Amino acid sequence: MQAQAVAERAVEDAESGVATREFLTFALAEEEYGVDILKVQEIRGYDTVTRIPDAPAFIKGVVNLRGTIVPVIDLRLKFNLPRAEYDAFTVMIILNLAERVVGVVVDRVSDVMALTTDQILDPPELGQSVDASYVTGLGSVDDRMLILLDIETMMASQEMALVSKAVTATPATA
Amino acid sequence: MGIDVSRFREAFFDESEEGLATMESGLLALESGQADEDTLHAVFRAAHSIKGGAATFGFPDIAEVTHHLESLLDAARSGQRALGGAEIDALLGAADCVRRQIEAARAGEQIDAALLDPVLRTLEGLQQGGAEPAPVVAPATADTPAQAGWDIHFVPEPDLLRTGNDPIAILRELHRLGACAVRCDASALPALDALTPDALYLDWRVALTGEASESAVREIFAWVEDDCALTVAPLDAAAVDGDHADTAPAVEVEDAAEPGEPPVDATAPSSVTAPVEAAAPEPARARVSTIEQASIRVPVDKVDALINLVGELVITQAAIAQDSAGLDPVEHERLLNGLAELERNTRHLQEAVMSVRMMPVGTVFSRFPRMVRDLAGKLGKQVRLQMAGEATELDKGLIERLVDPLTHLVRNAVDHGIETPEARRAAGKPAAGTLSLAARHESGQVVLEITDDGAGLSRERIVAKARERGLITAEPATDAEVWQLIFEPGFSTADQVTDVSGRGVGMDVVRKNINALSGRMDVSSSLGEGTRLSIRLPLTLAILDGMQVAVGDQIFVLPLGEVIESMQPRPADIEGVAGRPSLLRMRGEFVPILPLRDLMHVDGEAPPLTEAIAVLVEAEGRRAALIVDELIGQQQAVVKSLTTNFRRVDGIAGATILGDGRVALILDVADIVRGMRRAQAA
Repeated sequence: MQAQAVAERAVEDAESGVATREFLTFALAEEEYGVDILKVQEIRGYDTVTRIPDAPAFIKGVVNLRGTIVPVIDLRLKFNLPRAEYDAFTVMIILNLAERVVGVVVDRVSDVMALTTDQILDPPELGQSVDASYVTGLGSVDDRMLILLDIETMMASQEMALVSKAVTATPATA
Repeated sequence: MGIDVSRFREAFFDESEEGLATMESGLLALESGQADEDTLHAVFRAAHSIKGGAATFGFPDIAEVTHHLESLLDAARSGQRALGGAEIDALLGAADCVRRQIEAARAGEQIDAALLDPVLRTLEGLQQGGAEPAPVVAPATADTPAQAGWDIHFVPEPDLLRTGNDPIAILRELHRLGACAVRCDASALPALDALTPDALYLDWRVALTGEASESAVREIFAWVEDDCALTVAPLDAAAVDGDHADTAPAVEVEDAAEPGEPPVDATAPSSVTAPVEAAAPEPARARVSTIEQASIRVPVDKVDALINLVGELVITQAAIAQDSAGLDPVEHERLLNGLAELERNTRHLQEAVMSVRMMPVGTVFSRFPRMVRDLAGKLGKQVRLQMAGEATELDKGLIERLVDPLTHLVRNAVDHGIETPEARRAAGKPAAGTLSLAARHESGQVVLEITDDGAGLSRERIVAKARERGLITAEPATDAEVWQLIFEPGFSTADQVTDVSGRGVGMDVVRKNINALSGRMDVSSSLGEGTRLSIRLPLTLAILDGMQVAVGDQIFVLPLGEVIESMQPRPADIEGVAGRPSLLRMRGEFVPILPLRDLMHVDGEAPPLTEAIAVLVEAEGRRAALIVDELIGQQQAVVKSLTTNFRRVDGIAGATILGDGRVALILDVADIVRGMRRAQAA
């Protein structure tokens, strides 16, 4: 379904003469992932985070991004990959999504790739560490394979624990 | 000429709302007899400018209602009718109607015509009713030379031309109302080399003969009202004659088409001596216009962006101060002096910017005279409302969120607090109850008090009700504890549910709202004498006086207002329950121990309790001893929201940025204390 949507958008692009979409690619353990470049605000080094009590382990905490408080997520931990040691080269991708700004810690950022429609394949049913519903497709470039993430939907989901569990209504006065 | 007026609509809506507020307070003042003629004029002007704006911006229905409003007010203004209870009611009703229309227009909706009809009919009825005495006066006066016309003295400001107004056009309009004898005074005209071409140096005196009404005359000057001094006085025959004698050399309107034309100087001095009445309205008008020019309208988000930027600056400045702390003061004297200067300027800038958001509490209070009047009428009670300290300033964000809780408390006081006149007389009190609203600054906080001299809270009834609802099992010891019960959810002592209040939701919601503003509520009451509710609020929610505490490598901020004291626990003061230290004696009182390390899931081994610091905190009348590793110090913290990009976290009120750029969490003491209660209950 979502791959179809991606394909359709790409077709529309083709009509205007551009049949490609650009992805920022990054690595987690042995796998390579891609997110829509338009969602990426910036890439910065990993800062000291302030831990949040009662948050799942993959939420590292919050950092100060020029005055706004931004939560940081370790995607390795989220995808149940072995924990990586943070060092001076650990980077965060700051994503600017519709509802929020979120930082994700990844092993390394590779590059920006332009994929044409026929380079994007439907996602397989199973086989990676990511919930298939957040995978919009597989990109294949030369002999590399990219897992394309719908990062927007993923970050808005309940399991990311970025949003409150129940929307508490503001108390009304009588 | 494609001017898009729609972008001025917002300003029209805002100004109309202010105008309506002026009208409402003015009308109430008129009703209570505390007002003078100026108040009536102010009410009339407000109605008039709403009418003008409504017509300009294409809201004919608003213009229609305001037109009727204005006519009735005009009749009152010219002394043709008195404003009694019925008129005030009708005028207030019409003002409400206009307010609804404006709300609807703002939302782009159309108001139901069925709502307008009764209002219009009442107003028209009153006007016709009121018109009866008027004709009696009019024919009588029509015969007398006094009503033969109007003596109009029009003294425009020098920059009238620059505002795009043309006095000649105004004079032509006047001419349409009747025969005019116009005299132009050009005595202020400077020599040619000193003359500014677009400045206006002239003023005019017009003797208008005919049957035009005063409002028709003033209408013509409506657009330039604020840019001129205008007197409209009845023309008496003697003056007409005298003027005619005088005006022999005067310039007629048609001849005056060229304003620069020098007039005959003989008449100039005589026209400078304006009528005595002119002195009264002139200063008032001048004052109004200077206030308008001294303020500008700015969208709140612009101010907030400014506040955010200054917050950033404060953080950067703090970071530089921290980094430069180790520098050799002799070697770097100039740099350090500069930094000290920067710190002072930053602080002043922050204070100045914060003050932009400050608004007088009066903006909330202003709705209550009307509300109390209507409520008292509905309940058959007599209530006198006193207000004090309306000028006390408070953050705009707080003001807006105070409206609901305060409305509720005032409603409660009128409904449940103040008794009926009969009951009051029986109790030996004056028939009219007194409700007072007061605001004041007290040690960096704002205190609001709502006091009534009504029945007071009945300890027995509250205790009985609390038992019935299962809120308490044992008899509370002090009155203060009993009064706290009224804030419990689902508690309402009103014997009957009234239309006004007492639906069982109430005080608990009020307290929750106040707590959400980092405020505190206290009650004191004595049976038969009245009740006082006081609300303590911080001046602003954007900056918090905080105490920084450390647990392991994490720093937390405690709102200073909730910290009572801190101490290092002595072994003798620690009481263990089931082998774990759980109570600490502080000032002779045992309070539960809450290790912050456990609450906030901080890693690492806790130091022995006797080497840690116990911080005594209090919220919602409950105390606890928070155990922290270290006290770092007091510092103002710029409050940042955690929920913008994240979500709410239990026990955390927000976040702030430390001098080194790290984030520190601000603890929500009330939530922590509530959590402690939940844990106890479980």
